[in-house]
Amino acid sequence: MKIRVDPIVCDGHGVCAELFPERISLDDWGYPIVDDSPIDDRLLPHAKRAVEQCPVIALRLERALAGR
Amino acid sequence: MAVALRELETEGITLPRILAGLTNDLVEHRRRYPAPPLSARPLGDITTAIERSGLRGRGGAGFPTARKLRAVADRHSHSRHPVVVVNGSEGEPASSKDVVLLTRHPHLVLDGALLAAAATGAREVIVCIDETATKALHAVRKAINERARTEASSRVIRVATIPHRYVAGEETALIHWLNGGEAKPTSNPTRPFEAGVGGRPTLVDNVETLAHVAQIARHGPDWFREFGTDDEPGTMLVTITGAVTRTGVHEVPVGARISEVIAQAGGFLSSTKAGAVLVGGYFGAWLSIDQARRTSLTNEDLRPLGAGLGCGAIVVLPRTTCGLKETARILAWLANESAGQCGSCVHGLAAIAGGFANLNDGADLTRGDDTVDRLVRWAGQVEGRGACHLPNGAVRLLRSALTVFADDVERHLAGRGCER
Repeated sequence: MKIRVDPIVCDGHGVCAELFPERISLDDWGYPIVDDSPIDDRLLPHAKRAVEQCPVIALRLERALAGR
Repeated sequence: MAVALRELETEGITLPRILAGLTNDLVEHRRRYPAPPLSARPLGDITTAIERSGLRGRGGAGFPTARKLRAVADRHSHSRHPVVVVNGSEGEPASSKDVVLLTRHPHLVLDGALLAAAATGAREVIVCIDETATKALHAVRKAINERARTEASSRVIRVATIPHRYVAGEETALIHWLNGGEAKPTSNPTRPFEAGVGGRPTLVDNVETLAHVAQIARHGPDWFREFGTDDEPGTMLVTITGAVTRTGVHEVPVGARISEVIAQAGGFLSSTKAGAVLVGGYFGAWLSIDQARRTSLTNEDLRPLGAGLGCGAIVVLPRTTCGLKETARILAWLANESAGQCGSCVHGLAAIAGGFANLNDGADLTRGDDTVDRLVRWAGQVEGRGACHLPNGAVRLLRSALTVFADDVERHLAGRGCER
């Protein structure tokens, strides 16, 4: 799996970066910079929590396609 | 909006082609071009001819046109007829080639659109034109009416006016507008060829691209390939402004040397006359005079320099104008054109434009080298972060300016000012 953010929906609350710092950092204005490399099973619970806790539902988990 | 019609001859093959036989009269146009076929399908031969020609889109992305045609045609069904959208929004301030074609050669563009409609099974063609391009709007409406009177067609052609905003021409913004929404890019992962206007498979092609389609259908792919390179064949329209005597739209072979193209427009790439060359317009990148002298107009040549053909807009910066000042002006313009949807674009482009203005003014000098470091950091942060490519364009322009005008950057930072 990999994590994606919808940049139009995102309001820069920053919750995701606190919950999932392994893949999400914030830019100078507080908007998430997402590392979309594959997420292994160990990290998956953190990713799911970040997705669930986003106040505007801007994050989603997607299946990482082979070769991407 | 001058159109340069000086004939060029290369081994007996002459230019102009797409700018030849300019007319607004349908009868005169039909002496050169047959009416596009009426039946919707099967007309795979059009797509095959386009495929063999190697035509790539002339709106900026350079995507192979035949692949787009096939993608839309493959999704055709009896309940979902495709739509052809002619993208004539031309939001790039340094470009006027699409408006010139729509105004001076409307029937060639409409022929190309109807051929694309035949190739994809579309029943509707929508010509999108900037609301402020009144001459183009008038010419196209007149051309559509003329056809309605004299030529049978099973397809509806209509004009849609588009808000005068840069991002309005981005294809998802265009579709959103045509579907009754705001003319702003969307982050919907569904692409127009899958579900566009009214949820139907939609072909969005640039005005010049469709004019080439009409010419390839008339003269064949081999004729088209007489100019250009193997991978980037054909001729292209360029809009040249700045330190040249014949500003306006010129037709040149893809792969022409930039110095020759500028010479054709009455300019000269000498360090006493020109400071730099902006290739690709406001969405493009600066080349130094040395780089421009060594480079040809192909994406293959331009990519290693961080540049690209874009929509073919070329600005020759006069020696008397400071490149930093000009870049500051363009970055401010790009920041202002943000659709205001993506946080990193809204804040990032404003920060970059502000930081660059400070650099140009020699202000904020207490931070010294920080000014450049921050700009570089912000560039890395906003790149690839928008729903559309606006942030990427600003970053490309910024990076090229910091490289090409490195001496000026030092001078401005040292507070030594700039007389230009």
